[in-house]
This record gives sequence, structure tokens and C-alpha cells, in this order.
Amino acid sequence: MHPAYSVIIFTTTSGAGYGLLIGLALALRLGIVPPDPLLGFFGLGAALALVTTGLLTSTAHLGRPERAWRALSQWRSSWLSREGVAAIVTYVPAAVLGLGWVFGEVMPGQLAVGASLSVLCALVTLWCTGMIYASLPTIRAWDQPLVAPIYIALALATGSVLLTLLLAAFGYPLRAAAMASVAALALGWILKARYWMAIDAAPRTHTAEAATGLGRFGTVRPLDPPHTQSNYVMREMGYQVARRHATKLRRIAAVLLFAVPMLAALLLLLDGSAPIQIAIAAVSTLSAAAGVLTERWLFFAEAEHVVVVYYRGGSA
Amino acid sequence: MTSLPAHTEKKLGLVIDLDTCVGCHACATSCKEWNAGGYSAPLTDQDAHGADPHGAWLNRIHSYEVGEGEASRTVHFPRSCLHCETPACVTVCPTGASYKRAEDGIVLVNPDTCIGCKLCSWACPYGAREYDYDDGTMKKCTLCIDRIYNETFAPEDRIPACVRACPTGARHFGDLGDPTSAVSQLVQEREGFDLLPEMDYRPTNKYLPPRPRRDSQSPSTAPATEPALPRSTGSLADQFFAWADKTLAR
Ligand code: SF4
Ligand code: SF4
Repeated sequence: MHPAYSVIIFTTTSGAGYGLLIGLALALRLGIVPPDPLLGFFGLGAALALVTTGLLTSTAHLGRPERAWRALSQWRSSWLSREGVAAIVTYVPAAVLGLGWVFGEVMPGQLAVGASLSVLCALVTLWCTGMIYASLPTIRAWDQPLVAPIYIALALATGSVLLTLLLAAFGYPLRAAAMASVAALALGWILKARYWMAIDAAPRTHTAEAATGLGRFGTVRPLDPPHTQSNYVMREMGYQVARRHATKLRRIAAVLLFAVPMLAALLLLLDGSAPIQIAIAAVSTLSAAAGVLTERWLFFAEAEHVVVVYYRGGSA
Repeated sequence: MTSLPAHTEKKLGLVIDLDTCVGCHACATSCKEWNAGGYSAPLTDQDAHGADPHGAWLNRIHSYEVGEGEASRTVHFPRSCLHCETPACVTVCPTGASYKRAEDGIVLVNPDTCIGCKLCSWACPYGAREYDYDDGTMKKCTLCIDRIYNETFAPEDRIPACVRACPTGARHFGDLGDPTSAVSQLVQEREGFDLLPEMDYRPTNKYLPPRPRRDSQSPSTAPATEPALPRSTGSLADQFFAWADKTLAR
């Protein structure tokens, strides 16, 4: 599948934004961070800015962005529509939490309720995004049970790396956040490694013979193409990264997204001076960002659509 | 509404005969011509006179080589929307622009509400949906709804443009939900089949298999042998022409 930059930016930034929102809400709820208004302002501000940037970037992928509001109507059948609805709903508890955190509670329990609902809504939104891909039976690498859980795990991992940086910058204790990020990164790494094994082993069940119904006469090989220049279907669905490059990119993604941030988090657990801690957390954030972009690019570039069998024969 | 109708009154669709299709692309060009001005208008092309011309077409004709050695054959294979009964292209659509009509089973895109998210094209296993880069919306076969119900047309023209254009009569249009219809009978007789049946999209359109090859031993179909050339008389001119013939034939 063609890796569209708008979709890569959207899924990575909004994922990290929801991860940070979840991290902040949980940290406040569990009393790990103090209800410092400045931390609330910058922390939740960053989370919502990431989410909003992602959502706006995703509209760049649309042919008719001015009609984007229509995507909220078909939540009964469409995961994309559900995602849109969930994303908008999530702003409500996030606002309740944010206003209470920055300006003080108007109602007792505002922070607790806002935080709990923010976590819930953010998780639902992440699940819907993951399911957009996981519900497509036409793409072997996406039609996998691990796709949606990995999307959530990577959002939590990148979000917790950001949270650690934020706490380092504010000079608050970051042991809990660093430990949480180690756990989320480890979970993400394990799931992603299993995913890569699963897609390598997944059988190619759809053949050119079944796609044309001509298998009864023997193998089916393309002779004359239907058009001389690539059409939309080939441009969008025919994109595939070479196997050799994919292996290399998987390694790069694993190092940048998982290994470096995990090492950084472990270093942060050993006490250090504030500037050093900030520097380590910043390097970790940059590495995770580069890693998750690579991972997402590969998620598209490695995915093969059934329709390719009409163009090149064989199986998919 | 992108939820699918529980059942459709009719199942209008095409039956495509892979035995008689000669791969002339007449159905594809006729489709493009009709739809560039009809329901699907505009049906744009990009860089039409440049180095990388491409555009949205609703019907594509592949040619395949099938089988091995002497038993191999060339099969021409038109590919367009199959108006499936349970297509994910409809249910994934976030706007309701993609829908399946309850009255006749035709799968359509509403050009006024499509946001061009392209998700439906990802969900179609048959590559039947093509994005219109200029219009920013998704295009697909409409089964010529603007012809088949057009009462200003002569009855023989109330069929899809591709069916009208096919010079070999390889395309048939009708109600596949009615077992007594001509198309259903044809499918029955010729053992019409579904494409990618294991995907369970339940296509309405059916394909008819090429008929078995006739025995190549029989004199009527034996490959014609080249008539023997008159023997060279050995003159210089003859030798020259024999040499030129051999060289040019390489
Ligand atoms: S062929 Fe493709 S576009 Fe047409 S109904 Fe089936 S899934 Fe949808
Ligand atoms: S491209 Fe248009 S028709 Fe297709 S899923 Fe998106 S909104 Fe629906």
C-alpha cells in the first residue's frame, strides 16, 4: 500500500497525543504528579495540540476536505466514522480535566471524572483507528488480530516517552513515568516482533487463479496489461517495499522506537542532574519519533493488497 | 446509509463470457465515453498528453496466458465492479456516499457527499474503484443507471454502454436474482462462476469460462503448415533472395 505521508503523520502524532493524554490523566489520578496548573496547561496543551495536528493532517488525505464533517454519520458500520466521532467526543472529558487542572475544580470530583473519562475515550479512539486497518480483509498484513492492540501499545509507548520528557523539564520526579514507559515500550516491542513474525508466516491465500476463475486451465500469467501507464489502483495498492529493505527498516524501527528509548528510560531511573535528565529524555523522544515514523511507513509499505494478483499473477 | 440492505428486490448485473471476449477494449472505451458525460462526470484524466498519462476508468481489460505448453491459451479478461451482495466497500464508507440500492442491488457512490478518503477502494478486492484525482471523489461502475432506466432511449439502448458496445456479444445484462431470466439461464448452462469466492463478498456479476479446446488433431483445427517454397534454381539472384529471406526472417 502506498504510504501516504498525511496518514503516517496523522496516526503517529495523534497516537502520541492520546498516549500523553492517557499518561497525564493516569498520573494525576494516581497522585504521581501534583495538580500544578502550569504542568496541566503545558502537558494537556501538548497532548491536545498533537491530537489536533494529527486530525487536521488526516484531512489533507481527503479529496474533499471541506466535506470532512460528513464522516461522522456512518458510525453504525464504519470504523473510520467511529474514529471521527470518538475523537471529537474525547475533547469533552479532556476539556473538563484540563479546565479543572489549570483553573481549579468548579465541581468536586471534576478532575477525577475528567481524568477517568479521558483515559476511556482516548483508548476507544485509538482502538477505532487500529480497527480501520484491521478490518480490511483485502490486505493480509493488516487483517491480523495484533494490528489494533499494537496501535494502542505504540500510542502508550510514545505518549509515556513524551510524559517523561515533560516531567524532566518541569523537574518533577519521573521514576514512575520512566518505569511506565519501559513497560509500554517492552509491550510494544514484543507485540511488534510477534506481528512481523505473523505476517511473514501468514499464508498467501488469494491467487490470480481464483481472482480470474481460470485456475481450472492451469496457472494464470499476465500477458498484456490493461493499460500502459500505472492507474490509481496500481499507484495506491501496488506500492511495495523490497523485502531486503523491509528487513533493514524493521531493524532500524526496532532500535529507534524501542531499544534507544528503553535504554534512556533505564538511565533515567538512575538519578542524574536535571540537565542530563532533560537531555536523555529529549534524545529518547527524538529517537522514538523517528522510530515510530519508520514503523508506520513500513506498516503501509509492507502491506500487500489482493488486487495486485490481477496485475502480476501469483498470490497475495 | 452504508449499512447493507438485508435483501434487494432485483440483482442487476453483468455476465461476461470469457470464451468470446476478444480483448478489443471496446467496452472500456465506450464506458469511459459514456461516463465522462453521464452520472460519473467528470471522469478525469491527468497528464493526458504528457509523459505519464493516467485517469479514472471504470472497466479494465486484462489479457492472460493460461495453462502450460500446447494446452496454454490466451484469455481476455474484463474487470469492473461486480455489484457484490456483501461488499466491504460500502460498509467501510464513513459518509454514506457509498451505498447499495435496495431496489436493484446496484452499488453507487454519491458524488455530492463522497469526501475522497479512498477507504472503499482499499476494501474492494477487485480493484473496481478508481479515484478521480481532479474531482477528489471515488468513481466506479454505475451499471449505467442513467441508461438502463432512461425512458427517452429506445428499449434496445436501455442497457449498459459496455454491453451495447461489445462486438462479440460477450457481455450480457440482466437480473441475476431472477432464476428465469436470460442471464441466470446462461450462468446455469455455462457454469458461470464468482471471482475470489473465498472472500465472501458474493459478487452479482458472473463470468463464463472459456469453452474446452477442440482437439488439435482434427484436420479442421490443425495448424496450417506453410506452403513449400518453389525450389531454388540456383541462380545468383535466387541465392540472393533466399539469403535475404532467411536474414529478414530472423
Ligand atoms: S466489486 Fe468492489 S466496488 Fe464493486 S461492489 Fe464489489 S467490493 Fe464494491
Ligand atoms: S472515498 Fe468516498 S465513497 Fe469511498 S469510502 Fe471515502 S467517502 Fe465513501
